[in-house]
Amino acid sequence: MAPLSDSDTTQEEPAALPGDGLREGIVDDLRRRIGDAVIDTHIAPNDDLWVRVSTDAWRQTAEALKAAGFTFFSFLSGLDWLPSPYGKGEEDPTAEPEEPDTEIRPGVTGGDTRFQVFARLVDIDRHVGITVKADVPDDAPAVDSWTTVFAGANWHERECHEMFGIGFNGHPDLRNMYLPGDFEGFPLRKDFPLLSRMIKPWPGIVDVEPMPAQDEPEEDASS
Amino acid sequence: MIQLAVEIPYWGQSLLRVLGGLVAVLLPAGTIVYLFLFKMMSFMQSRLGPMEAGPYGSLQLVAEVGKWMQKEDLAPDQADHSIFKIAPLVVLTSTFLLVVVVPFGPDAYFTDFAVGVFYGLAVASVSVLGILIAGWASANKYSLLGGLRAAGQLIAYELPMVLATLGVVIQAGSMNLQDIVVAQNTGEIFGFGGLGNPFVITQFLGFVIFMIAVQAELTQPPFDMPIAESELVSGYMTEYSGFRFLIFFIAEFATAGVFAFVASVLFLGGWGVPFDWFGWNNIDQVDDWMNVVGPLIMFTKMLVLTFIIMWVRFSFPRFREDQLQTFAWKVLIPLALANTAVTAIFKVAF
Amino acid sequence: MTMMSDRQQLSYIAGQAADARLNVELETEGMTLNIGPQHPATHGTLRIICRLDGEQVVWAEPGCGYMHRGYEKLTEVRTFPQVTTLVNRIDWLGSFANEVPFILAAEKLMDIEAPPRAQMIRTILFELSRIANVSLFLGDLGVQMGAITPVFLAFRDREYVLNLIEGATGGRFHPNFDRIGGLKDDLPKGWIDETRQVMVKLREFCDIIEDLLFGNEIFQSRMRGIGIIPADIAKDYGLSGANLRASGVDYDLRRDQDLPMAWDKADFKVWTHPDGDSFARCWVRLQETRESCRIVEQLLDQIPAGPIMTKVPRIIKVPEGEAWVSTENPLGEMGYYVVSKGDLGPFRVKIRSASFNNISIVPWVLKGVYVPDVITILASLYFILGDIDR
Repeated sequence: MAPLSDSDTTQEEPAALPGDGLREGIVDDLRRRIGDAVIDTHIAPNDDLWVRVSTDAWRQTAEALKAAGFTFFSFLSGLDWLPSPYGKGEEDPTAEPEEPDTEIRPGVTGGDTRFQVFARLVDIDRHVGITVKADVPDDAPAVDSWTTVFAGANWHERECHEMFGIGFNGHPDLRNMYLPGDFEGFPLRKDFPLLSRMIKPWPGIVDVEPMPAQDEPEEDASS
Repeated sequence: MIQLAVEIPYWGQSLLRVLGGLVAVLLPAGTIVYLFLFKMMSFMQSRLGPMEAGPYGSLQLVAEVGKWMQKEDLAPDQADHSIFKIAPLVVLTSTFLLVVVVPFGPDAYFTDFAVGVFYGLAVASVSVLGILIAGWASANKYSLLGGLRAAGQLIAYELPMVLATLGVVIQAGSMNLQDIVVAQNTGEIFGFGGLGNPFVITQFLGFVIFMIAVQAELTQPPFDMPIAESELVSGYMTEYSGFRFLIFFIAEFATAGVFAFVASVLFLGGWGVPFDWFGWNNIDQVDDWMNVVGPLIMFTKMLVLTFIIMWVRFSFPRFREDQLQTFAWKVLIPLALANTAVTAIFKVAF
Repeated sequence: MTMMSDRQQLSYIAGQAADARLNVELETEGMTLNIGPQHPATHGTLRIICRLDGEQVVWAEPGCGYMHRGYEKLTEVRTFPQVTTLVNRIDWLGSFANEVPFILAAEKLMDIEAPPRAQMIRTILFELSRIANVSLFLGDLGVQMGAITPVFLAFRDREYVLNLIEGATGGRFHPNFDRIGGLKDDLPKGWIDETRQVMVKLREFCDIIEDLLFGNEIFQSRMRGIGIIPADIAKDYGLSGANLRASGVDYDLRRDQDLPMAWDKADFKVWTHPDGDSFARCWVRLQETRESCRIVEQLLDQIPAGPIMTKVPRIIKVPEGEAWVSTENPLGEMGYYVVSKGDLGPFRVKIRSASFNNISIVPWVLKGVYVPDVITILASLYFILGDIDR
């Protein structure tokens, strides 16, 4: 049948996989553009790239990265580093409840605050992605909105706001995405209880075994 | 008039006419629903259709009618109740009014209007009123949208239908439907009388335009914007349930059948076979058994035309409203006008 | 045609003018129409609030959340293997494809890889779920426009694929078959031959749909030039999958990244289309279905012998770290950002679902279109409610 389109689909060679050299180059380029707003970086070898920037430079980072070629906006969300005071609901209900762990230990590229926003951008031409993180101040949790840079951030910021309570300055319409308008609380915060687990405890306890290659069991924090 | 053994009083004749009208409307509706909607559509979609009610699902129609009739009579609170309730009846009435002028045999007709075509086309547009008031009285935005679309579409497609019929009238020289049938069956094609002169041959363009206009008048896909199931739920019929929906449902298929009757009269030679086959020269010479065979022939021709209507219905996606209107005003009407002009020229010249 | 066409310019201007009029007249004109949440056209409970001027949309806004199940919170109280049961149900038409990025992220954190046989079978099942998903889309396209026949053909031919998935995994819709380190079971006997036959049938189905639906003039006039999304807007909003490729952006996660899956062992073409209209999106998906059939056929010849699962402990504890894996799912780019603290279960999982971004463009793309076009644009963007609402 006659071709329905005159498009000429490209069959390009898969580009050489971005090596760590490319990622370091990206980090250097970012440092050049936004200076010392880059607080920490982490390159997982042959894999991925994380950058943490200062809270004030959150929008500036977006603009810099977009200018550097990261035009594809993947997602934007939040992280709450407080360990859940309710545990996982999988502990033995007859055992003594453990002391809840309240130490905030952020992950890759560190952090100083309980909440962080993070976003992922992709450079389609160079097939490389970057995860950007920023701290959210504890006393007034708000960062700048990315909607002026990436229009798609609109919905992601709405969801992040309703789930974590992080404000976004400059967002045109910060109302709830999923939850009813009169919902109280921020569900994805760790101190917001998951009611179904509060009501009904987990019926089994689990033991931990080591990886088969190792001889001794790992040091484990909880069992 | 045929001579009957028994003299039937006038009230008896009227009763026979009413019963005949009911049969002439409801029998095609039932046949079309079962044969085409249940079975043909199913086979085209690689499934079997209703098989449970009766052998091969033949009693499905009875079951459906029973189901619809025993439902609760609902009307929305905000609806304009009196108008809401008469809207389906208006649509069905136009079908009955239209079947009155269709001849089924040399003497088997309900009335013999001298201007049958004129009356038929006028009365066919009464259904538009029913759809409009259904859409408005339902107090529902979807129905309103459906009614508005119906207004535009049905009025736009009346014109090609009328113009296509005009060509037939010019060629037959009369607006009387019986005369049109006779003209087709006594006519000749280049001196060969074996086939009569069914106007589908000379008026082929008119036939195509008429069928397209009929498809649009019935709001069948590809012209079913007023119903538009995936957008408007059911358009002007959204708020109707139970017995009233049954009336709409019957009206849709009955109107398809009656329009097919009219089309077979206008284009396919109606109840007759070419008179040449039996040596008749005019309508008075036609034998009486034609009054029994004629309806059967009409029924067959109706089924053929309805098959085409239904086949197109199941195959095509629907037009958008502006594309629909463009098609009517910029394509069909100029073609129909051209057809009329050429027919007139040929009629005068030859 | 990557420039803005006249129609798009006009609709832009109409949208701007309508906005201005609204702002001045305080919404005293026009009719507000709710499409959904219960509606024959939306694939689930999505509510589109439109403000209409006659038949033209002046302003449109999707209201989601009718199916929000709180998956990201639920993953925090589950162990890693239990999360696959949740995650199956995000995109329920191509379920196996949802499990894969999560399992890959967990394997990345544990620094293990599934054996080659498992990788190959994973890829085959992934492509089968893509075929199952998109074949329903192709049939559904017709229904959105009133052509009621193609959808039956689609469901009939999709049954073959679902039977295959059931034969291998035990579940037609929610296989829950992927495990950290491999797969749950090996393939049953005769599955490979049957898959070959089914791929032939699916290709015939694609040909039929192309003839019946795509070649239809009414279909083309309803879809061409409608809902044009330029490439830079698409990237801004994070459109992915066929939607992005239909705007001319050559980006396919199967080809453009190095995952421990078997796509590099198959030779396939990435289809793009320069127009960016509804027709382009549908056409790209049709070609992708054919391409998926080719991939499956190639991979079926190459399944290596070997174990189906690497050695992992019975109870899995994933080391501390963060990982992001995204794959080219049937709906678009689906990814999981898994944060683990060395526990039995994840600390935080961010689910990046394709339809969320795909639908976020609806307020932009629906300005100035007619009501029937709203339906066709939504149909061509193709979303699943579970994917939007998680």
